[in-house]
Amino acid sequence: MTEHYVVTIDQGTTSTRCIVFDSRGRLVSLAQHEHKQYFPKPGWVEHDAAEIWRNVERLAPEALRRAGITASQVAALGIANQRETTLLWDRDTGNPVGHAIVWQDTRTDSLVRSLSEAEGADQVVQDSALPMATYFSGPRVRWMLDHHPELRARAERGEILFGTMETWLIWKLTGGLHVTDVTNASRTMLLDIHTLDWSPAALAFFGIPRAMLPEVRPSVGVFGTAVAAFPGVRIGAALGDQQAALFGQTCFAPGEAKCTYGTGSFLLLNTGAELVRSTHGLLTTVAYQMAGGPAAYALEGSIAITGSLVQWFRDQLELIASAPEIETLARTVADNGGCYIVPAFSGLYAPYWRSEARGVIVGLTSYITKGHLARAVLEATAWQTREVVDAMNADSGLDLTTLRVDGGMTADNLLMQFIADVLDVPVVRPLAIETVSLGAAYAAGLAVGYWPDLEGLRQNWHRAAQWLPTMDPAVRAAEYGNWRRAVERTFDWTRPA
Amino acid sequence: MPGTVQSIERAAAVLRLLSGGSGRLPLGEIARSLDLAKGTTHGILRTLQHVGFVEQDSVSGYYRLGPALRDLGTNYLDVNELRSRSINWADPLAARSGEAVRIGTVRAGQVLIVHHVFRPDDTFQTLDVGTMLPLHATALGKVLVAYRAAAVGPPRQLDRFTRRTILTPRALAAELHRVHEAGWAADIEEMTPGIAAVAAPIRGYGGLVVGALGISGLVERICDSHYHPHQHLVAYVRDAARAISQDLGAARR
Repeated sequence: MTEHYVVTIDQGTTSTRCIVFDSRGRLVSLAQHEHKQYFPKPGWVEHDAAEIWRNVERLAPEALRRAGITASQVAALGIANQRETTLLWDRDTGNPVGHAIVWQDTRTDSLVRSLSEAEGADQVVQDSALPMATYFSGPRVRWMLDHHPELRARAERGEILFGTMETWLIWKLTGGLHVTDVTNASRTMLLDIHTLDWSPAALAFFGIPRAMLPEVRPSVGVFGTAVAAFPGVRIGAALGDQQAALFGQTCFAPGEAKCTYGTGSFLLLNTGAELVRSTHGLLTTVAYQMAGGPAAYALEGSIAITGSLVQWFRDQLELIASAPEIETLARTVADNGGCYIVPAFSGLYAPYWRSEARGVIVGLTSYITKGHLARAVLEATAWQTREVVDAMNADSGLDLTTLRVDGGMTADNLLMQFIADVLDVPVVRPLAIETVSLGAAYAAGLAVGYWPDLEGLRQNWHRAAQWLPTMDPAVRAAEYGNWRRAVERTFDWTRPA
Repeated sequence: MPGTVQSIERAAAVLRLLSGGSGRLPLGEIARSLDLAKGTTHGILRTLQHVGFVEQDSVSGYYRLGPALRDLGTNYLDVNELRSRSINWADPLAARSGEAVRIGTVRAGQVLIVHHVFRPDDTFQTLDVGTMLPLHATALGKVLVAYRAAAVGPPRQLDRFTRRTILTPRALAAELHRVHEAGWAADIEEMTPGIAAVAAPIRGYGGLVVGALGISGLVERICDSHYHPHQHLVAYVRDAARAISQDLGAARR
């Protein structure tokens, strides 16, 4: 009998990757292409969706060739994608209408400010369980229709279609199926997170025609069969990338959490069938939904600046030549020497959400060396994690007992130890380097019966490293106090014009 | 004696020139001083820049000696960078072999463990990054000495750990010769009774060995009935080490 595999497409912010996994969840081959970032104005970030699709068409045969297999050996295809990136396209020609507006883009700033004052905003926040912010897709669709009035009538007739990246890829893969999954839909502000369908109140509020929206489907379940890139292969799953990482870390039970440490960091806590509304600045989101089953929800804490603080230390201060050297430099000293860096470069995200805050370095004395600064850079990531975990414990009533980590920064042992120390829980890295893709693979494999159940997937999860807390509780409390005082010093820095 | 290589002579002249005077020179002046075409000089400078011997000021465009020259004779690759660059290959090696994976480099005449991946069986294990091990009694150490990583020579003092530890310089020299011939090293109960290990070199630019990658585990799992490491395990280790080397810029070999 020929062996079968699961293939994933991870459509990320800077690149698209295609990975082949075997039945034990092991990576067999990987192919990757970067795509161009467009910055037409300050605060604007765009992608060319046509370029991204061309990349997928190139990656598919490349990944299969490297694995030495054919499309007929692929049991299912799973998709994970950058979230909230927003695209319109023409139903008849299949061509994008302009570039996609990327999740980092803040062009809807003033629109969101005026909308949040408008009548009906409360209902939208109630239905979507999201705060009114530029981060989400709904305001972007409104912006596009406002700035291209000629599109509105065509959108109302369903000739212009809206989608996030998984919707675009499924549409291209299947030759015209217009669907999204609940995790991606839960990031639009247009979804009623209780009914898991588009909220009539939100659509009316934003002035977005129902006809241009995709059908909302469960994340795990057969979407359709591909006719391009992987002809004949069933698409078994689609998930937003952070939700996919949660799935790849096999955080299937309430109380299980993962944090992905990259440029920014994203901590997601599975809250199960219970929808928890945060009173501490976290986002409520859908973790996943299996076809025919109820949705599992999650609380999400987004930290804007973690790995990018190390990049700033390297590129702007030029104190290190490569990012990993931050650990070498930090180990030249025993502690932070009383110095703290709060990287509120563009305000503070969770749990503060203060856009007027700006970064500070406090506790400077003539004693401070670049080694202390390097420590303070790494510690900033750990303390920001602590603040998000505290908010999650308070919101969910669940006490985090272990933090599962992934992402590039997990190679930094000093940082991982410090995170264990300040959280006072074990930090565990799994033996699965690509948790985003792995999560999409698991979900797609489940959908087609390649894997029997969630419990079976847990058997594939193995611990590759573990850091146990060793910090004296008195030191932890004192340091956390110092960090919080440092954070207070970032408040109210920029003044309204 | 074979002829000399002209481009290496020219590169040496460029380095001498940059080490004198102000230490910062524009391309045109370097070319004029050495009576070389600008294009040729630029090619030499770019190559020297690639290996870290020269750097270019981003504002003035002037060239000066690079940080790698100062670190000649020590590990030229930062250990944390080595870990970062290896992590994507060390994990699959642990998954395929079912054994614990370690990466070692030379520090103070010993093996310094810079990366450790647990044996994937979810038993309780402790990270031993930062641990020092003897060069002569471990597979990682033998690889590092055989390929003179960080210019390390064979250790003079050969401490005994088990009844199988190599104890004479002569036996060690013969063993290192075997490692060189085979391209990998093993230690079978030479450090700890009941434990065997296999290791292979990690190479950087120009083929220099910057570290060693290996697996270790119970001797009955690592070795066959003849007490030799299983060939498939050796192949996994060598494949992973080669993959990291290619990632680090070593030529395919």
